[in-house]
Amino acid sequence: MAATTVEAVNKIERGGGWSRFTQERRPGMLVAKLAAFLLMCFIAFLFLVPLVWMISTSLKTPQDLQNPSFIPNPIAWENYRDAFSFGMWGRWTLNTVIITFFSVVGMVFSTSLVAYSFARLRWPGRAFLFSIVLATMMLPDVVTFIPRFIIFSELPAPRVNFPLFALDGNNASWVNTFLPLIVPDFLAGSAFNIFLMRQFMRGVPMELSEAARIDGASEFRIYWNVVLPLCKPALATIAIFTFQSSWQDFMGPLLYLQSEQNYTLQIGLRTFEFAAGGAPNWSWMMAGSLIVMLPVLIVFVLFQQYFIEGIQISGMGGR
Amino acid sequence: MAESAQSQDVVQRRPQSAARTGLRLNNSTREAVNGWLFVMPWVIGFALFTAIPMVFSFYTSFTNYNLIRSPQWVGTRHYENIFTNDPYFWKSLENTFWMVGIRVPIVMTLALAIAILLNTKIPYERVFRTIVYLPNVLAGAAAVYLWQWILSPTGLLNQALEGVGIDGPSWFTNPNWTKPALVVMGLWWIGGNIIIYLAAIKGVPQTLYEAASIDGASPWHKLRYITLPMISPTIFFQVITSIIGTFQIFTTAYIIITTGGLSPAEGGPGRSLLFYVIYLYNRAFGKVGSSRGFDMGYASALAWILFVIILAITLFQLWLSKRWVYYESGEGG
Repeated sequence: MAATTVEAVNKIERGGGWSRFTQERRPGMLVAKLAAFLLMCFIAFLFLVPLVWMISTSLKTPQDLQNPSFIPNPIAWENYRDAFSFGMWGRWTLNTVIITFFSVVGMVFSTSLVAYSFARLRWPGRAFLFSIVLATMMLPDVVTFIPRFIIFSELPAPRVNFPLFALDGNNASWVNTFLPLIVPDFLAGSAFNIFLMRQFMRGVPMELSEAARIDGASEFRIYWNVVLPLCKPALATIAIFTFQSSWQDFMGPLLYLQSEQNYTLQIGLRTFEFAAGGAPNWSWMMAGSLIVMLPVLIVFVLFQQYFIEGIQISGMGGR
Repeated sequence: MAESAQSQDVVQRRPQSAARTGLRLNNSTREAVNGWLFVMPWVIGFALFTAIPMVFSFYTSFTNYNLIRSPQWVGTRHYENIFTNDPYFWKSLENTFWMVGIRVPIVMTLALAIAILLNTKIPYERVFRTIVYLPNVLAGAAAVYLWQWILSPTGLLNQALEGVGIDGPSWFTNPNWTKPALVVMGLWWIGGNIIIYLAAIKGVPQTLYEAASIDGASPWHKLRYITLPMISPTIFFQVITSIIGTFQIFTTAYIIITTGGLSPAEGGPGRSLLFYVIYLYNRAFGKVGSSRGFDMGYASALAWILFVIILAITLFQLWLSKRWVYYESGEGG
């Protein structure tokens, strides 16, 4: 259902350039359309101004900072160099990349596996468990974040040296390691992603699975070699949203990552305030913030269709 | 959420291929075993990170627990203290309800209005759609800094207001303006809501509008009697998720409060940004007044109170929705 609606929506929108004006023959409607267009241009301007202002500020010298002009004069490229001259930026970037990478892999793999079961296998208790999945979509995180912290602070960390997950063989518990930020994603920690994947998998013809079964393929092979390759758009949507939420997560790292060398970029950014001693250095903060935002921005520019479709499907939870 | 798991199943008979497998299981048993195996990651995750934590947190809310010593039973004392003797609780509740009451209606109305505008077949609709969604990918701490800069006393917004003769307030230092500042900031991220509304509006069957045109209906009447009723399930869903989200506002407020190295304990100027989850965080991990944090029992009690409030409001909305949400019959999976 969800996928077909989105396709229909996108079909309607193709071929919507200036021809929408030139094809209009009623003068009254033309004026109304022109007014709507201009109003929308103004709204779009308001949405873009903060970003432009951010870029502009990041290139201004301290003397130029209070100048309301959008064009920095002179252009202070050195802000980008200076902003990264303190703090452990290399380390924080690496940490963020590691956490984000494993979150995405874990989320894509586990939610597709679980969704496969809900969408394509029949077993007793399925309807009941799926209703619980849907119910957890509405569950506010606030009831679980404290006991989760307690559980993670009681779970003994493995006594191994594994710097990739901030494990140094001495961690008393999972706190101050990357495990609390990664492991839940390997256990299908997003009801919405399960729902999205299940909707998509139900659209894959059952006959394909039947044929593979007759050929003696195991269920995992059918999932991996037959169904999953046909679900690439849904997998991409889940990967992209997980990438974004993991990259931008603030509360998780704030709770669990306590020593400075384990920070992620979002937490590390906070050190900017103190960089110049006392008052925040806005040019540096904007330069640093832009760099931290950049990866998600690039992914958006490259894959914006998946973002838009994913959001559209998320809105169909109410239908 | 009209979906149900069993709705679309077709019972399929397959030729016996048990001989090919080593196991002597019939097909439906094997399918059931596989089904449970495949769903295991979620079952374990749900038990470990949702079900057990909820039960544990309910128990903890009746104890004194600071992570070091084992929990000590104190009965309903935390709940009594919260309701009778805790000014922070009432202040945080007041701030949070303010945000829900002001922010949600503004966001919903504006998002719907822009979606309707985008649907008037204007040129470059897709470009506009991308632009309004763009800020949603620019979230996190970095975006909060950007807005602190824009809303600083001599920042971009106040300069623009000065241009039209308005003396802008000092947004983040005047207790009366901190919450409006958050509302203004939040408007930058309504792109997701706009996209969802737009998709819903485009899903309304064109034939309804054509029939109305023949009857001579005005654009306003089409909006009021066709579009709005037809997208009411989407409006309902968005209002619910938006309310739940606003009740749990944390990151933005936390970053603003702690700017300049301040402790989150006081909750910003005049406690005006002491939202419920900020207060909860302070009880659990930070400081409140003279008491040291790690008050997990008290914090758990706070969490359950918020949970009950959110649940009650959601159920009330659900009840209310019967009066205004229109579900097309026959719509299923």
